[in-house]
Amino acid sequence: MKSYLSLFRIRMINGLQYRAVALGAILTRFCWAFMEILAFLALHRSGGGSFAMTFSQTASYIWIQQAFILMYNVIDGDPEIEASINDGSVAYELVRPMSLYGNWFTQCLANRFAPTAINCLPVLVIALCMPEPYRLRVPGAADAALFLVSTALALAVSGAIAVLMHITMFYTTSQRGVKIIGRAVVGFFAGSLIPLPYFPEGLRRVVQFLPFAATQSTPLLIYSGSLAGRDAVCAMGLQVFWLAVLAGMGCWVMGKTLKRVVVQGG
Amino acid sequence: MIEFQKVCKTYRVAKRQAGFRNAVKSLFSREYETVQALDNVSFRIADGEIIGYIGPNGAGKSTTVKVMCGILTPDSGNCLVNGKIPWKERASHVKDIGVVFGQRSQLWWDVPVIDSFELLRDMYKMEERRYRRNLEELARLLELSELLKTPARNLSLGQRMRCEIAASLLHEPKVLFLDEPTIGLDAVSKIAVRQFVKKIKEEKHTTVVLTTHDMMDIEALADRVLLIGHGRILLDGTLEELKRHTSTEKIITIKYTGSMPAVSGGMELREAKENQLTVALDPAILPVSVAIASLASQTELLDVSVTDISAEEVVAALYKEYQI
Repeated sequence: MKSYLSLFRIRMINGLQYRAVALGAILTRFCWAFMEILAFLALHRSGGGSFAMTFSQTASYIWIQQAFILMYNVIDGDPEIEASINDGSVAYELVRPMSLYGNWFTQCLANRFAPTAINCLPVLVIALCMPEPYRLRVPGAADAALFLVSTALALAVSGAIAVLMHITMFYTTSQRGVKIIGRAVVGFFAGSLIPLPYFPEGLRRVVQFLPFAATQSTPLLIYSGSLAGRDAVCAMGLQVFWLAVLAGMGCWVMGKTLKRVVVQGG
Repeated sequence: MIEFQKVCKTYRVAKRQAGFRNAVKSLFSREYETVQALDNVSFRIADGEIIGYIGPNGAGKSTTVKVMCGILTPDSGNCLVNGKIPWKERASHVKDIGVVFGQRSQLWWDVPVIDSFELLRDMYKMEERRYRRNLEELARLLELSELLKTPARNLSLGQRMRCEIAASLLHEPKVLFLDEPTIGLDAVSKIAVRQFVKKIKEEKHTTVVLTTHDMMDIEALADRVLLIGHGRILLDGTLEELKRHTSTEKIITIKYTGSMPAVSGGMELREAKENQLTVALDPAILPVSVAIASLASQTELLDVSVTDISAEEVVAALYKEYQI
């Protein structure tokens, strides 16, 4: 366990040192959130209040989404892991007395947690200072607790999906194709473009059970108040379920893959 | 101890002709070619030996090392390292080995070297005392103390390679695999690395498997040399034995003042420059002492050196002989 903590730590140190990246990310997040909120404002003004989420809930959803975007990121968070497969330095990971799955999963978590830790605060502070109805709502203690647990689960589910995606790289050499597909599918079904409650009812009923909803959608809906009480607990149960399934699958596929993996050259 | 028994490994390589049409065609159907990387490879390495593992590019050296490290699973055959099958008991096996891949880095690029070392300490579950002791010793022998706080990306190649070697020895492995450890290094760093490897072998009785293209490495370090080509072990013996296998001739180079001496029977003229003469001879036919005496009797010698065929030439001759 200590080796995983230590790996998490060094990944954190590695991720915390780029100031320009952090500043750029904060600015982008803020602008992006503002644009999205204006788009939903236009929608609500023309649609006349017949939506499954109120405008102020949607605004909170978007603020939190943008503040934590790197934490809920599935596809693009781990350039070093991709590079290590491309250039073969994964050979070094394989001569360590630790499972490659655990190694990568830990790095995936740290890669998502480290930048969020610096980026989220400025965006949150600005969002709390906005005028109504653009302001970020402050949830009650119980909701906040649910949100935090659910965010941790979402992080783990995102990491588990990411590792599965990295494993495919052993087969395809270039991850570009997998990433293009992944970005479209995950982005859409996780509610990162449009929150799931805005989906047509029939589609929403199916989508909410998919593993992608177990990433950012669940914690964001809990925070914004549109998923509460028993529904929230059920959704979190689903997160635990998907985490177990995805991690189990990842370990199994990794074991199979390493038997036939070939590290080429030098 | 390392034991290889009839290990075979083939790779499947996608092939296609050059050009746009073939690129499009390969989207639908691909042709593969199998390459026999290891073909019934068997050998045995005793504890505390330094093995020089040589062969041209693509001969199967790295494949062998990867099998021994547990990274590759062979198609058939068996391999035991310290009594364990590397690819089956990977996690417990790798605790006892250290690996340096000269062309890759195991240090974290953006953080100080010492952070990478501490991660290794935790990965190998080392006690703090043992870690401190080993770190101090390695830092002393490899002169690292100034480098430890520097991020790996700011190190020169020679400095980085010293840190890489330290990183792979922190956990006191029984077997050390060095895959081209001196590649790209300057003369001073090369000598430092060689001296260090020697010292480690003597003090810790570490078994070292060294693959390299630099014959000076082999000459300085290897107790025994394995030559591999086309996936097969072609020769197994000391460097002296390899030399004798290739050629027994001796080269005498003299510097002189006065008239150029005549090259008598049994000697073969190789090169004649102003006041310098190089001849080759077979000591079984003409003893070296007789040859020198003959040369000295004809002129005034300033300097004499006797060498035999260089390791570089041995290997070139062997590659030619085996057509690899």
